[in-house]
Amino acid sequence: MDEILLQFLNGLDKGGAYALIALGLTLIFGTLGVVNFAHGALFMLGAFCAVSFNLLLSLQKVTVDPTKTTAWGTPLEVRTPYVEAYLGDFGHWILNYSVPVSILLAIPVMLLIGFAMERGLIKHFYTRPHADQILVTFGLAIVLQEIVKSIYGANPIPQVAPDVVSGAADIGAMLGLGAGVIVYPWWRMVYLLFSLVVIAIVFAFLQFTTFGMVVRAGMADRETVGLLGINIERRFTIVFAIAAVVAGLAGVMYTPILPPDYHMGMDFLVLSFVVVVVGGMGSLTGAVSAGFLLGILQSFASMNEVKAIFPGIDQIIIYLVAVVILLVRPRGLMGRKGVMEN
Amino acid sequence: MKTRLSPVGDMVLFAAFTGAVLTMPIWLAPVGAGYPDLLQKFAIYGLFATGFNILFGLTGYLSFGHAAFLGVGSYTAVWSFKLLGMNPIPAVLLAIVVSGIFALLIGYVSLRRSGIYFSILTLAFAQMCYNLAYSVLTPITNGETGLRVLETDPRIFDSTTRAEGPLISKLFGFDMTGYPGFYFCAVLLIIGFFVAQRIARSPFGTMLKAVKSNQNRMTYTGLNPRPYTLAAFVISGMYAGLAGALLCITDPLAGAERMQWTASGEVVLMTILGGAGTLLGPILGAGLIKYFENIFSAFNEHTLSSIFSFLPDFLKELAVAISSLFVGEGWQLTLGVLFMLIVIFLPGGIMEGLARIGKLFRRIGRGSDKSHATAPAE
Repeated sequence: MDEILLQFLNGLDKGGAYALIALGLTLIFGTLGVVNFAHGALFMLGAFCAVSFNLLLSLQKVTVDPTKTTAWGTPLEVRTPYVEAYLGDFGHWILNYSVPVSILLAIPVMLLIGFAMERGLIKHFYTRPHADQILVTFGLAIVLQEIVKSIYGANPIPQVAPDVVSGAADIGAMLGLGAGVIVYPWWRMVYLLFSLVVIAIVFAFLQFTTFGMVVRAGMADRETVGLLGINIERRFTIVFAIAAVVAGLAGVMYTPILPPDYHMGMDFLVLSFVVVVVGGMGSLTGAVSAGFLLGILQSFASMNEVKAIFPGIDQIIIYLVAVVILLVRPRGLMGRKGVMEN
Repeated sequence: MKTRLSPVGDMVLFAAFTGAVLTMPIWLAPVGAGYPDLLQKFAIYGLFATGFNILFGLTGYLSFGHAAFLGVGSYTAVWSFKLLGMNPIPAVLLAIVVSGIFALLIGYVSLRRSGIYFSILTLAFAQMCYNLAYSVLTPITNGETGLRVLETDPRIFDSTTRAEGPLISKLFGFDMTGYPGFYFCAVLLIIGFFVAQRIARSPFGTMLKAVKSNQNRMTYTGLNPRPYTLAAFVISGMYAGLAGALLCITDPLAGAERMQWTASGEVVLMTILGGAGTLLGPILGAGLIKYFENIFSAFNEHTLSSIFSFLPDFLKELAVAISSLFVGEGWQLTLGVLFMLIVIFLPGGIMEGLARIGKLFRRIGRGSDKSHATAPAE
């Protein structure tokens, strides 16, 4: 029982990341009708926003303290980051919370990137076939990740979570199952909550604002909305930027779980595409629920008991589920009719 | 994509192609590509892309999982070495058969759907093969280390000949490395090209093109597209398997990373870069990508600064700094940029570019010849 609960929890944070990326992919697909293979790269760029922010904060001032000496007899060099030197305790706090605080940096940066991408490239591909869209965004993803690689190098750059949430929560003790049975890192919990909040915000935005209403109308019938005199193109640009921000935020917050490197986006991209297709192209709820579903399934499949029955199942479960669902329910779990059918 | 259907034109094209491939060591030497290892890669990936083009170029089904067949072909070839002996011919035949069977199974399931769903299905199957090759199938694939031929393997047909040195594939006493290896690949490339040409010109090929242009109309006329697409899928899988086998014949080591989805992406890039749906395009694209990979990645700051040495110093530094992003480790950036430019401006790939240039020249020629005549009706 506790084993199952633990795997359930393990699946949720990964599922959160899948859901966030898939949500953005579906938004773009549903509104613009573009298959965006560069979405994983946006996730990666978000993660590197956190890395850059941390690097920026950790710029150090070196002062020599003549009163103390090191073990070798030379004067001790005291290294303090500039932020800490100028801002004191607040600076220390920022440094500690660099990952969550870098969200503030990531939002404008990702908005800008999303905006530039849509206006500069994607816009010209609305009328081209899906194969062309896939290919050009695939090329863009290669370019983006190579640029990141040339700046930050090929090695993963670990980021630390704030001290408060760096430990692990003893969920088992809280639920009365005994201490030490289910230990779950706090940060993953934070990530899960964060992803739920972001998903809720996006849904609320689409559901309760006039802008969201227009976007939903545009997803359902683009032509009619245009005929009503609404400039749907501009709204869709903003939607693209929002999707970029969602992917970016997913990347920012994922950095303490997985040290970011330049190809992390590609790894997530393949899985999130599977998630989107399983959820049903063009269905937002489908994408989110399929994200969590596949995340949980994946962590269940990596249980030793399951692996003993089906060796290697943990490696292929997601793809296997995708194949089965696509063959049994051709439109995915919640796909609408007429989306992406020739 | 204008295809000249005259048999004479085809013969000329085939003869020219054969000549060009066989003389590659000569005419590629001035650009620094005249060494056998690279030439082998040209021929092998040319075959891979030609096969991929039979599926993607003719039917329009974009498979993102063709690397799986490349990997299956490689493993089959190495197993054939291990069990039967180092002769490349059984390895090639077995690899084609086994990858054909794989393609039949995967294609039968994947072709039930079209469009992006087909892409995702093939991707899913390829990733499954890749992940399994790395984990559970280690007894067959030797996991991360890669499968290689050992002295202790049975090798039924040539176990008596204990050659010295590393075990390499041999045909009629020739080691399948260096130029003999290249010519072996080149002959298979020429055969592969011939088959692809015949397919493109046959009624079967016309059916495949019908699938691409309008599948609905095809079904309305009472034709079932499934057998045709499945046949195309199996044939292109066989080509991929053959390419995989050749990779192992020239270097008897099969690793799982050959099956990763980025490898599938690479063959898509090759085909698009050269021009999908054309006969020569994919081979050109494959050659170009492999050339860039080998030549550009060998550049370093030193060679760059000698190239830009004619510039004044501060400009030289700048030029070296900028261009060093695109070469050496960063050659994939060049590839990405090039690829984007091609997709944006030349969706038909290099072949379309050549056709446009040809048309331009013809127009200029015509314009000067009969400048007073009215434009001829096309």
